[in-house]
Amino acid sequence: MEQFFQQLTNGLAVGGIYALIALGYTMVYGVLKLINFAHGDLFTIGAYLGLTLLTSLGLADRLGPLGAVLLLAVMVMGLVAIIGAMLERIAYRPLRESPRLSAVVSALGASIFFQNAVMLIYGARFRVYPHDILPKIAVNIFGLQIPLIRILMLLTSVLLMVALYLFIQRTKIGTAIRAAAIDQGAARLMGIDVDKVIMIVFLIGPSLGGAAGLMVGLYYGQINFTMGWVYGLKAFTAAILGGIGNIPGAMVGGILLGVIEALGAAYISIAWKDAIAFCVLILILIVRPTGLLGERVAEKV
Amino acid sequence: MKTRRSLIYVLICGILVVLPVFLNAYWVDVLNNVGLYAILALSLNVILGYAGMFHMGHAAFYAIGAYTTAILNTTYHIPVLWLMPLSGLVAGFFALIVARPIIHLRGDYLLIVTIGMVEIVRIALINNVFGITGGANGIFGIARPEFFGFRIRQPHEFFYLIWAFMAVTIYLFHRLENSRFGRALTYLREDDVAAEGSGVNTAHYKLAAFVIGAFWAGMVGTLYAAKMTIIAPESFNFWESVVLFMIVLLGGSGSIPGVILGAFLVVGLPEIFREFATARMMIFGAAMVAMMIFRTEGILPPQPRKYPPVGELLADEAKP
Repeated sequence: MEQFFQQLTNGLAVGGIYALIALGYTMVYGVLKLINFAHGDLFTIGAYLGLTLLTSLGLADRLGPLGAVLLLAVMVMGLVAIIGAMLERIAYRPLRESPRLSAVVSALGASIFFQNAVMLIYGARFRVYPHDILPKIAVNIFGLQIPLIRILMLLTSVLLMVALYLFIQRTKIGTAIRAAAIDQGAARLMGIDVDKVIMIVFLIGPSLGGAAGLMVGLYYGQINFTMGWVYGLKAFTAAILGGIGNIPGAMVGGILLGVIEALGAAYISIAWKDAIAFCVLILILIVRPTGLLGERVAEKV
Repeated sequence: MKTRRSLIYVLICGILVVLPVFLNAYWVDVLNNVGLYAILALSLNVILGYAGMFHMGHAAFYAIGAYTTAILNTTYHIPVLWLMPLSGLVAGFFALIVARPIIHLRGDYLLIVTIGMVEIVRIALINNVFGITGGANGIFGIARPEFFGFRIRQPHEFFYLIWAFMAVTIYLFHRLENSRFGRALTYLREDDVAAEGSGVNTAHYKLAAFVIGAFWAGMVGTLYAAKMTIIAPESFNFWESVVLFMIVLLGGSGSIPGVILGAFLVVGLPEIFREFATARMMIFGAAMVAMMIFRTEGILPPQPRKYPPVGELLADEAKP
């Protein structure tokens, strides 16, 4: 039972990361109907920027561990958001009116560009995060020893998701984003600046991805320039699992995928871990072709 | 116009035939890789270009073809070239089974499922499924192909084998493109509800496109296994599928010359700029973005179909 709960909390923590990245995919898909294949690499950039800022600024000495990590998160999210908005401006905006797959190829090109840029700057080897940032203590919850960082990660991702959900549901800009996702043309006629909405989506999505990158760096302690593809693929799977374009769907899909993976690795087979996640995805899509929370789209005739 | 086009094609063929004489083994091998990728991309083009299904897992079919050849050749010593149609059949049969339940999924959902498929196949190969795939190390010692007692082993000998197979592929796929079947695929790509309404059995045609593409990819798998003599799961990862996907769309999806040109660009060009070492892939990525912005439909998009005016058709029918 002990092992089950350990795996469950681990799965929840990893699932939170998947969910944060998946939100970037799903929000972009919602307004542009584009799979942003470069999103995983924005996540990598977040992890590397976190490393650079952490080692060069010496925040931990001045602000204490929690303050340092918090400030770091804000800076990383801001920087990655700027890169994301630039990506949209350069690589996606000129392709807004063209066939959907052209934009996908442009996204793949941008992904190759980012991945190799990171490799050129930081080298191809694994880079190690300083391991003494957050205190390595375990918290006792109902007799379970759970590492503090795991709890912090889960809390952070839940907090970010709740904030995003409130932003989308309650604010004027959030309403505009939802309107643009339903029908861009109609939204434009209602006086919504769709270009601005898309720009905001490309600020929010990448900033969440960047935060996830930082969290992976702090949790696992090492990062690599190809990890964007690995996590990006998982997060994309999560977004599809929940129904792409649907924001709560991405959250549910991410957490679910993390838990399935952790439990599958522990109880079925660790070598088949990635395959289990995909098998579950395929089975769910066979039963529900538009994902768990995806709307049923009636075919127009 | 038409004669000028065919003149260009004849010229390109002529250059290709004599090219190995002037190049060293390394560059001939690069051309061999370009050829293999081009044939694979042409087989993907049936699914992605003609039928318009977002399929990003083509490496799975390729892998199954290569492994069928490798296993049967190393255990039963069946000559490699005999195994080519068999590998194609196994890959096609696999496609038939896996594609049946997922064929109705819409665009992006199909994309992730096919990505999942290629990952599951790769993981199964690494985990030595059924104890016959050799695990992460793969299978080695695959025999070279023999052609009427002549053993093909040098790169320039492979060059003629691969590019001859390419010629067959181009001929058959060109016929396919202009057949009733090809027209039906184009129809359902443009509007599958209208196609269904006109009496095209869309599910049947989509499945057939998948099986044909997989069959051909399986046969290329045989060529690959014979060329390398050693195969491992990592040769068939998700990235290979992405490369094929890019070749088709960059070159011009649905256009045979476009796809072949795409293979030259995606596989051949990075080799030419090898001096620039690490920065070349970064520039390549940026170039892809630029290319899609300036030529949205790919470099050589398919030409619109032209048919004789209705009057002539009626006159033809009235003749006999």
